[in-house]
Amino acid sequence: MVKSLELETIQLSQKTEQVRHQVRNFLKEEMEAGTFIPQCDSWLSKWDPEFSRKLGQRGWLGMTWPKQYGGQERTALERYVVTEELLAFGSPVAAHWFADRQTGPLLLRYGNEKQKSEILPRIARGEVFFSIGLSEPNTGSDLASISTNARKIDGGWLLNGSKIWTSGAHRSHYMVTLCRTSTKTDNRHEGLSQLMVDMSSSGVSVRPIHLMTGEHHFNEVFLEDVFVPDDMVVGTIGDGWKQSMAELAFERSGPERFLSTFPLLVELIRVLQQETTNEGGFTAVGRLVARLTTLREMSLGVAGLLEQGVSPDITAALVKDLGTQFECQIAEVARLLVSSSTRVANSRFKSLLADAVLHSPGFTLRGGTTEILRGIIARGVGIR
Amino acid sequence: MNDISQIIKETAEKIMEDLCTKQVVEDSELGILPRELWKTIVKSGMATVGVSEEAGGSGGSFADALTILRIAAKFSAPIPIAETLMANWVLSEAGLPLMEKPTTIASNNNGNKMMFIEISDGWTISGSAYDVPYARYAEAVVVIGNSQQGNMVAIVNPRACHIEHEQNLAGEARDHLYINNVHLQGEAVSRVREGNDNNLLYRGALIRAVQMTGALERILELSIAYSKERIQFGRPIAKFQAIQQQIAILAGEVSSAKTITNLAVKSFEAGNGEKQIMAAKIRVGEAASLGAPIAHQIHGAIGFTDEHSLQQSTRRLWSWRDEFGNESYWANKLGNEVLNTGPDYLWPFVTSMNSELVL
Ligand SMILES: Cc1cc2nc3c(=O)[nH]c(=O)nc-3n(C[C@H](O)[C@H](O)[C@H](O)COP(=O)(O)OP(=O)(O)OC[C@H]3O[C@@H](n4cnc5c(N)ncnc54)[C@H](O)[C@@H]3O)c2cc1C
Repeated sequence: MVKSLELETIQLSQKTEQVRHQVRNFLKEEMEAGTFIPQCDSWLSKWDPEFSRKLGQRGWLGMTWPKQYGGQERTALERYVVTEELLAFGSPVAAHWFADRQTGPLLLRYGNEKQKSEILPRIARGEVFFSIGLSEPNTGSDLASISTNARKIDGGWLLNGSKIWTSGAHRSHYMVTLCRTSTKTDNRHEGLSQLMVDMSSSGVSVRPIHLMTGEHHFNEVFLEDVFVPDDMVVGTIGDGWKQSMAELAFERSGPERFLSTFPLLVELIRVLQQETTNEGGFTAVGRLVARLTTLREMSLGVAGLLEQGVSPDITAALVKDLGTQFECQIAEVARLLVSSSTRVANSRFKSLLADAVLHSPGFTLRGGTTEILRGIIARGVGIR
Repeated sequence: MNDISQIIKETAEKIMEDLCTKQVVEDSELGILPRELWKTIVKSGMATVGVSEEAGGSGGSFADALTILRIAAKFSAPIPIAETLMANWVLSEAGLPLMEKPTTIASNNNGNKMMFIEISDGWTISGSAYDVPYARYAEAVVVIGNSQQGNMVAIVNPRACHIEHEQNLAGEARDHLYINNVHLQGEAVSRVREGNDNNLLYRGALIRAVQMTGALERILELSIAYSKERIQFGRPIAKFQAIQQQIAILAGEVSSAKTITNLAVKSFEAGNGEKQIMAAKIRVGEAASLGAPIAHQIHGAIGFTDEHSLQQSTRRLWSWRDEFGNESYWANKLGNEVLNTGPDYLWPFVTSMNSELVL
């Protein structure tokens, strides 16, 4: 069998399950107190700094990081369990999501001492938020084609260009910006670097781009002669490609790649429970739950590999490809099972379904499109 | 994987590579059971893996037995190894002698009816069972049926049964078996351990799911290899992005199928694993339905012929997905359970899927 497709069954420890119950109880209390209502795609669109700080206070951000940098030194699987609980409850986690998921680990691995000791503890407290500056108007899937560039000057770098589709740039404190720091050579992956841009710097301007729902989530970020001091370079100048790819490994296989529409599934079951005649509903739900269980096992398997320091590119791509299809499938199944008259009577179901349908195009684009992921898988099985 | 498991796996692979050739599989559809393959399997102890040595078996775990079945299925092995293994687990649990001859099982699942009636000097058994695997080749039939005393099990001589030849889409024998007042001595009949009658359906579903993962592995390997060999428009078809993307989808189905069956096997070993087996049979059935057409599309017309071995695996996938409950059957059951559990317990239900494995 193609070895790279194999995943181990993960056994969670008692201690990990205890963490789950703490998070679950916290979320139930918050929900009862009216702090939040479960929403689809909440990790991208429900921004609530107060909620992020509460998680920070409980030690649920930066969980795996060393204590000296504000972390808890917990295992990757403990963190996994926390994130899946947060997502399953559709809680408002967008503010800290990128910082906790990828910027923190990026800084831990490549950052300098100042970055680690000053920024990581603030991320872990839920006080500092990040956005990710990769895409540009002329650069989407072909990331190495970026043209935003930085020129060396005394004490730092002068950054020029623009980034687009930047989630939350209008509310975050920093943006990790991939840019060109030397001219293109035959190897397009050379000469790229990651700079941490303070969003309050002069020369940074943010223009909103509204989603089809009217929500403001995306932005275009213009960078005009923005000064980035030397100590805000992440890792090594010229290693930006390698560093970005390592960062993406954290991004692809987490529970947010198959749980974005889970709150709709919960509501679907509530509706079906009242319609005892809906026989087709049982079968459709059974199939979804079988698929969900499978995806969760795969995602856990990848988390287990990450914990061992293995970088599971192919299985991570598989989880994201299958998981994002599944997120869309929930919306489709829910739509077909519940009549419009039932929807009229159940405004909660109706609004979750609307969110799921209208957000669904993004699921299979963000963080690497379906087609790009399948290319990675094809390469992994040796045909590309 | 521990050492013993590794040895079992390697031995099974070696036996299958040597003795389960394409010809052997073809011949089986002409009515020839590969005796040589069977004898070698029995000699290596593989017919009784999962039964402890104290109980007369070869030891090893249930998971080891399923590894053997996955490998056998990958080679489309046309022998009743799954049925014999399953029969031996039932026999050992019932305290009856183990079988090393080709054996099959006829139970009262799936609309079959098997009745045991106690008489003065033993028991009589009557009933009918449909789609019994390999019945015409079996030298023993393990019959499970109802009686006034509960569910009973016994070994019945197939020569005392009436057997009608039938087959599944893969040409595997799935015969109808009729038993009319067969008389057995008291000591030849035993009680089925409490709860184990239903268990048989779940075990069967798990076994077919595992076998399907073997066949899925095979069709992925064949598709990858063929896409690199077949040249059209001056290059291997693997160079076409449309083909690459299809193979990527197939790889995802194979990986999903393996992951969920692994969970089901582990959960079954740890407790009962009913939910996990349901999920596995559903998801693996879906993988079969999605994966087989991709493999055929990649192979073009040659894969559609009896000459090419692809069809030995795809026809098995198409058959096995329907045996021991198809996706709808299990999805309905699982869906019912989920709806009974209720919306607010959906997530705990999902996370409980691997909580039986908690360290
Ligand atoms: C909700 C959401 C949030 C996002 N957040 C951020 C963010 O915070 N920061 C950021 O930098 N970016 C962000 N993005 C951008 C995202 O990374 C890009 O959308 C993605 O990389 C694809 O680029 P593109 O949209 O330009 O599409 P393109 O790359 O132009 O692709 C268009 C189509 O062509 C296909 N295609 C492209 N190349 C190939 C190929 N080689 N083979 C086959 N097909 C191909 C694609 O699969 C797609 O179907 C976000 C996107 C979304 C939807």
